[in-house]
Amino acid sequence: METLEQLKSRLEAAVPGARLEIIPNESPSGQRSLLVDANDAVAIAKFLRDAPQLRFDYASNVTGVDWLDAVLKEKLKVKKVVDGVEKEIEETIEKKRAGYLEVVYHLYSMELKHGPVIIRMRTENRGEKVHLPSLTPIWRGCEFQEREIFDLYGVIFDGHPDLRRILMWEGFQDHPMRKDYVEPDDYEYEPTAHDDVLEKAKKHEGQGTVA
Amino acid sequence: MIDEGLRTELSKQGIFALKLEELYNWGRKNSVWPLQFGLACCAIEMIATSMARYDLARFGAEVFRPSPRQADLMIVAGTVTKKMAPQVIRLYNQMPEPKYVIAMGACAISGGPFKQGYNVLKGIDRYIPVDVHIPGCPPRPEALLHAFMTLQKKIEDQSLTGAQRPRHLDANAPSEFPIPRFGAHDLEPPNNPDVWHPPVAVRTD
Repeated sequence: METLEQLKSRLEAAVPGARLEIIPNESPSGQRSLLVDANDAVAIAKFLRDAPQLRFDYASNVTGVDWLDAVLKEKLKVKKVVDGVEKEIEETIEKKRAGYLEVVYHLYSMELKHGPVIIRMRTENRGEKVHLPSLTPIWRGCEFQEREIFDLYGVIFDGHPDLRRILMWEGFQDHPMRKDYVEPDDYEYEPTAHDDVLEKAKKHEGQGTVA
Repeated sequence: MIDEGLRTELSKQGIFALKLEELYNWGRKNSVWPLQFGLACCAIEMIATSMARYDLARFGAEVFRPSPRQADLMIVAGTVTKKMAPQVIRLYNQMPEPKYVIAMGACAISGGPFKQGYNVLKGIDRYIPVDVHIPGCPPRPEALLHAFMTLQKKIEDQSLTGAQRPRHLDANAPSEFPIPRFGAHDLEPPNNPDVWHPPVAVRTD
């Protein structure tokens, strides 16, 4: 299979004006992924599925990631004159990054036996603007997994045929896989508590009754 | 009271002298029919228990009933998710008295490995009275048999009159228990205080 750079330029040629970005991966797996703009996502997905050299006909996995607001630290080497001598000094620059929700699709080709290609989409923020286009019309198998992401992360997939909660019930208001999810305080009885659970259980101490 | 030696002597002649209570409990404890349902992997062990190798039929409990109306025993075999809990309690309410509950496995008694999860009930005993708890993940069929024998012992020891009489002989005792509703953040109420109180957690540190 062609490299991700080749795939990126091929997609840019096929979908005019598509904004794509390669997300590096420093981990041992080195699996890089392609960040896709939400507006181009359906056209890109269609191309990935239908182009005769690509034929990504199988979306094996769809998952979500919750990125909170964060302060990113970058180290830069800056030349400075200190006491009349020019020196290289490392400076740390802090950047604020607004949080967002991310959806990750793992694509394979059954026909050409290659893959995976990983594409990501990001929402504008974690509050109101959590809409992303559904890729269920392209890959039918995404239906339940997008429902699960809707349920647990709160991403709203436009164009999904049946967007309902799948694990939690209708009327449940939270999104439990978000990092700022506050769970119900039911730590009345924790016989083997430790760490975080112990802290939560201590609030209930003295409430127990002898059986 | 009949003399024990006389009773033994009579039984050798094929005459059984016993109290009505004993006869009643003997009959009930040997025909406990479980409700046929399972929630997770513990159900596989429950099925194994009912099959030829472990043979739950030896205890008169081989008839797993597909309807709660015909069942005496609810084996809560597996993880009770919060979404499933109201249905489990509804099934229990639909069972006629006398009825018993065995909470089978770590999940059913406490939430088990999913205890701190957002979607798992921390033990079915928060909503319905449980007669026998079995730990294990999953418990072996022998453990379920032991729980069953424990339940039989419990039935055998019930007295038909007095303050300690079982629930089904007490007109004022409840037979149905409130079904929790799906709330915005959790089940409402999170437990039934008539049935469950948090025990005192003993910390050794």
